[in-house]
Amino acid sequence: MEGTLNLVGYGLGAAGASIGVGLIFAAYINGVARQPEARGMLQPIAFLGFALAEALALFGLVLAFVL
Amino acid sequence: MALTALGSVLSAEEGGEAVDPSKAGFVPPNSLEFAYPDIFGGDGWLTKPVLQIVLAVVVVFLFFFLSSRKRAMVPGKFQFAGEGVYGFIRNGVGRDVIGHGFEKFVPYLVTLFAFIYVNNVMGIFPGLNFPTMSRIGFPIVLALLTWGIYNYVGIRKFGVYGYFKNMMFPPGVPKPVYILLAPIEFVSTFLVRPVTLALRLFANMFAGHLLLLVFMLGGAYMLANESLLLNVLSPFAFVTAIALTFFEALIQLLQAYIFTLLTALYIAGAMAEEH
Repeated sequence: MEGTLNLVGYGLGAAGASIGVGLIFAAYINGVARQPEARGMLQPIAFLGFALAEALALFGLVLAFVL
Repeated sequence: MALTALGSVLSAEEGGEAVDPSKAGFVPPNSLEFAYPDIFGGDGWLTKPVLQIVLAVVVVFLFFFLSSRKRAMVPGKFQFAGEGVYGFIRNGVGRDVIGHGFEKFVPYLVTLFAFIYVNNVMGIFPGLNFPTMSRIGFPIVLALLTWGIYNYVGIRKFGVYGYFKNMMFPPGVPKPVYILLAPIEFVSTFLVRPVTLALRLFANMFAGHLLLLVFMLGGAYMLANESLLLNVLSPFAFVTAIALTFFEALIQLLQAYIFTLLTALYIAGAMAEEH
């Protein structure tokens, strides 16, 4: 089996990030379900949170290639 | 670079330039795909990403200049589009996030958003097919610009001592916690923020380009292969490449918006009155 330890590192890092993204959108869905009028207000916050959590997973992916 | 890899894949039977003929198989794309040679040969600086950056500057300038020339009270379609983009950032990001005194920053935010978006879209634009923000140098410059701006704005408003005091010692916290909080806040605001800002944009564009390359080159390899099974299965790779192109279009818009929004948030945070 070939490859580097980078990939194992990235896989472990992606676990936390995916849980984080799931939590963010779960909160968004909950908020919109309780109060559908809040959809427009919550949407930018949901996307901002998604991008911030996703960033860490992508750092792992990029460093797996670069290092 | 993708054409070189594609060429070596398609000519694997004769032994492509980078493929060892004795074990010719799929050579997955790696970070070398992002290294472009000087357009006059050799390893100068005038590469394709540099030309794309210049093209993006021209496109952004022409878009806003041409859409604002007529200044009609009832806007035509092009003026409406330009006003739409400008208004979206001015209201949604500038006014709602920065609040009082936001007008000074609107030119920077609108230009930042349009510039990053045009550069990102070059990743799926036919013919260009390379997101220039996937070269780390370009996001670094933009993040340094943002870092310089939000620090300068904060220091100009509060003075050097006041700015760092507001940053590292926010009020309403019990005294002993400051020993832990102050270094963390300093490192986070002063050192980590520009790094994550640049790295987020770079990593998204890098990963997206690599994904598209894997599926497109893989599909080409499967199609050119001798095995009939791979030939029949290759459309799945191409369909996935198409689906990922649409996904990339969304991510490119999102990343441009996130960079601009975070810039505005950092500026607002630097100017915030703590009391």
